[in-house]
Amino acid sequence: MATSNNAALFDFLLRLGDDQLVLGQRLAEWCGHGPILEEDIALANISLDLFGHAQAVLNLAGEMEGQGRDADKLAYFREAIEFKNCLLVEQPRGDFAYTIARQIVFSLRAYLLWDELTKSSNETLAGIAGKAKKESRYHVTHASEWVLRLGDGTADSHARLQNALDEVWRFTKDLFATDAIEQQLADQKIIPNLGGLYGKWLTMLQELITKATLRMPDPGMFMQLGGRTGKHTEHLGHMLSELQILPRSYPDARW
Amino acid sequence: MASATNTTASADWPMWEVFVQLELGEPHQHAGNVHAPDARMALLNARDVYSRRGLVKSMWVVPSETITASTPGENGEFFEPGNDKLFRHPQFYKSPKGVGNLE
Repeated sequence: MATSNNAALFDFLLRLGDDQLVLGQRLAEWCGHGPILEEDIALANISLDLFGHAQAVLNLAGEMEGQGRDADKLAYFREAIEFKNCLLVEQPRGDFAYTIARQIVFSLRAYLLWDELTKSSNETLAGIAGKAKKESRYHVTHASEWVLRLGDGTADSHARLQNALDEVWRFTKDLFATDAIEQQLADQKIIPNLGGLYGKWLTMLQELITKATLRMPDPGMFMQLGGRTGKHTEHLGHMLSELQILPRSYPDARW
Repeated sequence: MASATNTTASADWPMWEVFVQLELGEPHQHAGNVHAPDARMALLNARDVYSRRGLVKSMWVVPSETITASTPGENGEFFEPGNDKLFRHPQFYKSPKGVGNLE
């Protein structure tokens, strides 16, 4: 059965928006726990940027769906299986090295993706991408500086970041997983063809990792898939219960 | 703020004074300070702490230890205005138009 373009775009926007929402929530978990005050603020700022992206994207997703759901409805009243975020963003925040490894892997792709999406024929999406691209660029800068300092820092920071990179690597195939929906949107010229993203991402990441005296993780390692089709790790449900409890307990609460 | 990460190094991080410029052509003004391991990170931290409201055009960070400050004990000899010396208060000159930022 052919999927309508609006339905395909709805699905694509859920993937995009849920990535931002879930990672925003994970970063917010650092609030009050950052290694120093300045970094606490930096991570909270990035978290807020991501919530902003999520809100814009999920509102647009709701419009495409045409069932009257807005960003809040989509964020607070879906079950884990209906979330289309990649597995990488739902993993627990881990230590600071893990957070930084995830930030560089995710932000670099996000930046390249937003850059492509500024060319979307959907003007709202192109507009969101234009704004998000700028913020995303800063997220890359922030993570890159930390990768360099932790990688080329003490023996402990080097070991922790290398370990974290190896840990997050098995979710990278899922991060770039693509399917007929993206192909349809590209064929219909609604979004650009995203086939070139992975190569660009890998080259940029490789350069940074080498500069930070780290090594690239084993490319042959087991890769876990499933996020884009709603097959999540056990961590997402726990995270959502915390994210969703207030609006589910008091559906009309205002604050 | 310890716990999840090894924070022993952060106690040793130097302090940096942050100066922001709100309009091009205006002087950079002291905004506050941040901790950071080096100048580049100081700039990033300063950006996060002092520029979120979107008004900043340019930003400087300076190692706090490079600033030499006067001491309160010197205030008399340093800063007494010498009100009897009229030539130090040349308010009787008219400023040309177009130099509004001169004062």
